[in-house]
Amino acid sequence: MAKNRSDERENGLIQQFSITGGDFYHAGHVSTQIKEILKELGIDPNIVRRAAIAAYEAEMNVVMYAQKGLFTLEVTPQKIHFFVEDEGQGIPDIELAMQEGYSTATPEMREMGFGAGMGLPNIKKNSDIFKITSEVGKGTVLDIIIFINQGKNQ
Amino acid sequence: MLLQEIVRHLNLNIFTANLNLEVEVTGGYTSDLLSDVIANAQEGNLWITLQVHPNVVAVGKLKDLAGIILVNNRQPEEETRRKAEEENLPLLGTKENAFIISGKLYALLTQKT
Repeated sequence: MAKNRSDERENGLIQQFSITGGDFYHAGHVSTQIKEILKELGIDPNIVRRAAIAAYEAEMNVVMYAQKGLFTLEVTPQKIHFFVEDEGQGIPDIELAMQEGYSTATPEMREMGFGAGMGLPNIKKNSDIFKITSEVGKGTVLDIIIFINQGKNQ
Repeated sequence: MLLQEIVRHLNLNIFTANLNLEVEVTGGYTSDLLSDVIANAQEGNLWITLQVHPNVVAVGKLKDLAGIILVNNRQPEEETRRKAEEENLPLLGTKENAFIISGKLYALLTQKT
Protein backbone atom coordinates (compact mmCIF):
# COMPACT_ATOMS: atom_id res chain seq x y z
CA MET A 1 0.00 0.00 0.00
CA ALA A 2 1.42 3.32 -1.07
CA LYS A 3 -0.82 5.45 1.09
CA ASN A 4 0.48 6.22 4.48
CA ARG A 5 -1.38 4.93 7.49
CA SER A 6 -2.13 8.29 9.09
CA ASP A 7 -3.77 9.47 5.85
CA GLU A 8 -5.90 6.37 5.92
CA ARG A 9 -6.96 7.00 9.47
CA GLU A 10 -7.86 10.58 8.60
CA ASN A 11 -9.87 9.77 5.49
CA GLY A 12 -11.22 6.40 6.48
CA LEU A 13 -10.19 3.01 5.19
CA ILE A 14 -12.27 0.33 3.53
CA GLN A 15 -10.96 -3.13 2.83
CA GLN A 16 -12.70 -6.35 1.85
CA PHE A 17 -11.74 -9.94 2.52
CA SER A 18 -13.37 -13.08 1.19
CA ILE A 19 -13.88 -16.07 3.45
CA THR A 20 -14.29 -19.64 2.23
CA GLY A 21 -16.76 -21.81 4.12
CA GLY A 22 -15.39 -25.05 5.52
CA ASP A 23 -11.76 -23.95 5.19
CA PHE A 24 -10.69 -24.57 8.79
CA TYR A 25 -7.01 -24.51 7.91
CA HIS A 26 -7.04 -20.85 6.88
CA ALA A 27 -9.69 -19.86 9.38
CA GLY A 28 -8.51 -16.96 11.50
CA HIS A 29 -6.43 -15.53 8.67
CA VAL A 30 -8.82 -12.66 7.93
CA SER A 31 -9.19 -11.63 11.59
CA THR A 32 -5.41 -11.81 12.10
CA GLN A 33 -4.93 -9.48 9.10
CA ILE A 34 -7.60 -7.12 10.39
CA LYS A 35 -5.96 -6.99 13.81
CA GLU A 36 -2.63 -6.09 12.18
CA ILE A 37 -4.27 -3.28 10.17
CA LEU A 38 -5.95 -1.85 13.30
CA LYS A 39 -2.67 -2.05 15.22
CA GLU A 40 -0.80 -0.27 12.43
CA LEU A 41 -3.43 2.46 12.44
CA GLY A 42 -2.40 3.16 16.02
CA ILE A 43 -5.79 2.37 17.54
CA ASP A 44 -5.86 1.85 21.32
CA PRO A 45 -4.74 -1.74 22.16
CA ASN A 46 -7.86 -2.39 24.29
CA ILE A 47 -10.09 -1.46 21.36
CA VAL A 48 -7.96 -3.57 19.00
CA ARG A 49 -8.32 -6.55 21.36
CA ARG A 50 -12.11 -6.24 21.43
CA ALA A 51 -12.25 -5.81 17.66
CA ALA A 52 -10.03 -8.87 17.15
CA ILE A 53 -12.39 -11.05 19.22
CA ALA A 54 -15.45 -9.85 17.31
CA ALA A 55 -13.67 -10.28 13.95
CA TYR A 56 -12.52 -13.82 14.81
CA GLU A 57 -15.96 -14.99 15.87
CA ALA A 58 -17.60 -13.40 12.82
CA GLU A 59 -15.05 -15.06 10.54
CA MET A 60 -15.48 -18.45 12.23
CA ASN A 61 -19.26 -18.29 11.82
CA VAL A 62 -18.79 -18.02 8.06
CA VAL A 63 -16.22 -20.84 8.01
CA MET A 64 -18.49 -23.13 10.02
CA TYR A 65 -21.94 -22.39 8.66
CA ALA A 66 -21.68 -20.84 5.20
CA GLN A 67 -20.36 -21.59 1.73
CA LYS A 68 -18.68 -18.24 1.44
CA GLY A 69 -18.69 -14.79 2.88
CA LEU A 70 -17.45 -11.27 2.38
CA PHE A 71 -15.92 -9.37 5.32
CA THR A 72 -15.84 -5.61 4.90
CA LEU A 73 -13.68 -3.57 7.25
CA GLU A 74 -14.27 0.14 7.47
CA VAL A 75 -12.32 2.37 9.80
CA THR A 76 -13.04 6.04 10.34
CA PRO A 77 -11.61 8.32 13.04
CA GLN A 78 -14.73 7.56 15.12
CA LYS A 79 -15.33 3.87 14.65
CA ILE A 80 -14.41 0.42 13.43
CA HIS A 81 -17.16 -1.11 11.32
CA PHE A 82 -17.35 -4.79 10.34
CA PHE A 83 -19.95 -5.83 7.80
CA VAL A 84 -19.99 -9.57 7.26
CA GLU A 85 -22.34 -11.06 4.71
CA ASP A 86 -22.47 -14.76 3.94
CA GLU A 87 -24.21 -17.21 1.65
CA GLY A 88 -25.11 -20.17 3.80
CA GLN A 89 -27.66 -22.02 5.84
CA GLY A 90 -28.81 -19.00 7.85
CA ILE A 91 -30.10 -18.99 11.43
CA PRO A 92 -33.72 -20.07 12.08
CA ASP A 93 -33.93 -18.65 15.63
CA ILE A 94 -31.58 -15.75 16.27
CA GLU A 95 -32.67 -15.32 19.90
CA LEU A 96 -31.69 -18.92 20.61
CA ALA A 97 -28.40 -18.55 18.72
CA MET A 98 -27.57 -15.53 20.88
CA GLN A 99 -27.80 -17.62 24.08
CA GLU A 100 -24.44 -18.52 25.52
CA GLY A 101 -23.85 -22.27 25.27
CA TYR A 102 -26.27 -22.87 22.41
CA SER A 103 -24.56 -24.26 19.33
CA THR A 104 -25.44 -26.20 16.19
CA ALA A 105 -21.82 -27.21 15.53
CA THR A 106 -21.20 -30.74 14.27
CA PRO A 107 -19.36 -33.32 16.43
CA GLU A 108 -16.28 -32.86 14.18
CA MET A 109 -16.27 -29.09 14.82
CA ARG A 110 -16.69 -29.64 18.56
CA GLU A 111 -13.77 -32.04 18.58
CA MET A 112 -11.64 -29.24 17.15
CA GLY A 113 -12.75 -26.98 19.98
CA PHE A 114 -15.33 -25.01 18.04
CA GLY A 115 -19.00 -24.87 18.92
CA ALA A 116 -18.73 -23.60 22.48
CA GLY A 117 -21.86 -21.58 21.83
CA MET A 118 -19.97 -18.40 22.60
CA GLY A 119 -19.48 -16.93 19.14
CA LEU A 120 -22.38 -14.52 18.83
CA PRO A 121 -22.36 -13.64 22.57
CA ASN A 122 -18.64 -12.84 22.26
CA ILE A 123 -19.38 -10.49 19.37
CA LYS A 124 -22.13 -8.77 21.33
CA LYS A 125 -19.95 -8.35 24.43
CA ASN A 126 -17.09 -6.82 22.50
CA SER A 127 -19.01 -4.44 20.24
CA ASP A 128 -20.89 -1.22 20.86
CA ILE A 129 -23.56 -1.84 18.24
CA PHE A 130 -24.36 -5.32 16.95
CA LYS A 131 -27.09 -6.12 14.44
CA ILE A 132 -27.75 -9.54 13.02
CA THR A 133 -30.20 -10.54 10.32
CA SER A 134 -30.57 -13.94 8.76
CA GLU A 135 -32.63 -15.80 6.23
CA VAL A 136 -32.77 -19.59 6.39
CA GLY A 137 -31.27 -21.15 3.27
CA LYS A 138 -29.83 -17.82 2.11
CA GLY A 139 -27.39 -16.48 4.66
CA THR A 140 -26.58 -14.16 7.53
CA VAL A 141 -25.53 -10.54 7.78
CA LEU A 142 -23.60 -9.18 10.76
CA ASP A 143 -23.25 -5.46 11.29
CA ILE A 144 -20.76 -4.66 14.03
CA ILE A 145 -19.60 -1.27 15.26
CA ILE A 146 -16.91 -0.54 17.81
CA PHE A 147 -16.38 3.09 18.72
CA ILE A 148 -12.79 4.23 18.90
CA ASN A 149 -13.05 7.20 21.22
CA GLN A 150 -15.91 6.18 23.46
CA GLY A 151 -17.98 3.19 24.48
CA LYS A 152 -17.13 0.09 26.47
CA ASN A 153 -13.60 -0.41 27.61
CA GLN A 154 -12.64 -3.79 28.96
CA MET B 1 8.79 -15.00 34.56
CA LEU B 2 10.42 -15.43 31.17
CA LEU B 3 9.18 -18.19 28.89
CA GLN B 4 12.65 -19.68 28.57
CA GLU B 5 12.86 -20.19 32.35
CA ILE B 6 9.45 -21.90 32.33
CA VAL B 7 10.55 -24.16 29.46
CA ARG B 8 13.60 -25.15 31.51
CA HIS B 9 11.77 -25.67 34.83
CA LEU B 10 8.90 -27.67 33.32
CA ASN B 11 11.12 -29.52 30.87
CA LEU B 12 8.99 -28.59 27.87
CA ASN B 13 9.67 -29.69 24.30
CA ILE B 14 10.10 -26.91 21.78
CA PHE B 15 8.41 -27.54 18.43
CA THR B 16 9.25 -24.14 16.95
CA ALA B 17 13.00 -23.79 16.54
CA ASN B 18 14.75 -20.43 16.63
CA LEU B 19 11.94 -18.44 18.19
CA ASN B 20 12.69 -15.93 20.89
CA LEU B 21 11.73 -17.35 24.29
CA GLU B 22 12.73 -14.23 26.17
CA VAL B 23 9.14 -13.11 26.51
CA GLU B 24 7.38 -12.37 29.77
CA VAL B 25 4.64 -14.81 30.76
CA THR B 26 1.78 -13.14 32.65
CA GLY B 27 -0.13 -16.28 33.60
CA GLY B 28 -1.78 -19.33 32.10
CA TYR B 29 -5.09 -20.43 30.65
CA THR B 30 -6.20 -24.03 30.26
CA SER B 31 -8.99 -24.81 27.81
CA ASP B 32 -9.75 -26.77 24.65
CA LEU B 33 -12.59 -24.52 23.52
CA LEU B 34 -11.33 -21.84 21.15
CA SER B 35 -14.10 -19.32 21.85
CA ASP B 36 -13.42 -19.65 25.57
CA VAL B 37 -9.75 -18.85 25.03
CA ILE B 38 -10.63 -15.96 22.70
CA ALA B 39 -12.99 -14.57 25.34
CA ASN B 40 -11.03 -15.19 28.53
CA ALA B 41 -7.27 -15.67 28.06
CA GLN B 42 -5.15 -12.61 28.76
CA GLU B 43 -2.27 -11.09 26.84
CA GLY B 44 1.01 -12.83 27.68
CA ASN B 45 -0.68 -16.01 28.98
CA LEU B 46 0.61 -19.49 28.22
CA TRP B 47 -2.23 -21.52 26.75
CA ILE B 48 -2.46 -25.16 27.79
CA THR B 49 -4.49 -27.34 25.39
CA LEU B 50 -4.78 -30.66 23.59
CA GLN B 51 -5.83 -29.03 20.31
CA VAL B 52 -3.10 -29.45 17.69
CA HIS B 53 -4.69 -28.04 14.52
CA PRO B 54 -3.52 -24.79 12.87
CA ASN B 55 -6.38 -22.67 14.18
CA VAL B 56 -4.75 -22.58 17.61
CA VAL B 57 -2.05 -20.34 16.12
CA ALA B 58 -4.65 -17.82 14.92
CA VAL B 59 -6.21 -17.77 18.40
CA GLY B 60 -2.78 -17.37 20.02
CA LYS B 61 -1.85 -14.48 17.74
CA LEU B 62 -5.20 -12.72 18.13
CA LYS B 63 -4.86 -12.81 21.91
CA ASP B 64 -1.12 -11.95 21.96
CA LEU B 65 -0.40 -15.08 23.98
CA ALA B 66 3.16 -15.87 25.09
CA GLY B 67 2.94 -19.41 23.72
CA ILE B 68 1.02 -22.67 23.58
CA ILE B 69 1.71 -25.88 25.51
CA LEU B 70 0.38 -29.09 23.92
CA VAL B 71 -0.35 -31.75 26.54
CA ASN B 72 -0.28 -35.58 26.71
CA ASN B 73 2.66 -35.83 24.31
CA ARG B 74 0.50 -34.61 21.46
CA GLN B 75 2.40 -33.60 18.36
CA PRO B 76 1.36 -30.52 16.41
CA GLU B 77 0.19 -30.96 12.83
CA GLU B 78 2.97 -29.87 10.46
CA GLU B 79 0.88 -26.93 9.27
CA THR B 80 0.40 -25.83 12.88
CA ARG B 81 4.14 -25.93 13.52
CA ARG B 82 4.90 -24.06 10.29
CA LYS B 83 2.30 -21.38 11.02
CA ALA B 84 3.52 -20.95 14.60
CA GLU B 85 7.06 -20.34 13.33
CA GLU B 86 5.82 -17.94 10.69
CA GLU B 87 3.75 -16.03 13.27
CA ASN B 88 6.50 -16.10 15.89
CA LEU B 89 4.37 -17.93 18.45
CA PRO B 90 6.30 -20.49 20.53
CA LEU B 91 4.73 -23.95 20.35
CA LEU B 92 5.72 -26.21 23.23
CA GLY B 93 4.89 -29.70 24.40
CA THR B 94 4.77 -31.87 27.49
CA LYS B 95 4.06 -35.50 28.30
CA GLU B 96 1.98 -34.38 31.29
CA ASN B 97 -1.78 -33.97 31.16
CA ALA B 98 -3.48 -30.57 31.35
CA PHE B 99 -4.16 -30.83 35.11
CA ILE B 100 -0.59 -31.64 36.07
CA ILE B 101 1.08 -29.09 33.81
CA SER B 102 -1.39 -26.36 34.82
CA GLY B 103 -0.61 -27.08 38.47
CA LYS B 104 3.12 -26.99 37.87
CA LEU B 105 2.89 -23.75 35.90
CA TYR B 106 0.68 -22.18 38.57
CA ALA B 107 3.12 -23.17 41.30
CA LEU B 108 6.05 -21.80 39.32
CA LEU B 109 4.37 -18.48 38.54
CA THR B 110 3.13 -17.91 42.09
CA GLN B 111 6.20 -19.08 44.03
CA LYS B 112 7.81 -16.50 46.29
CA THR B 113 11.24 -15.53 45.10
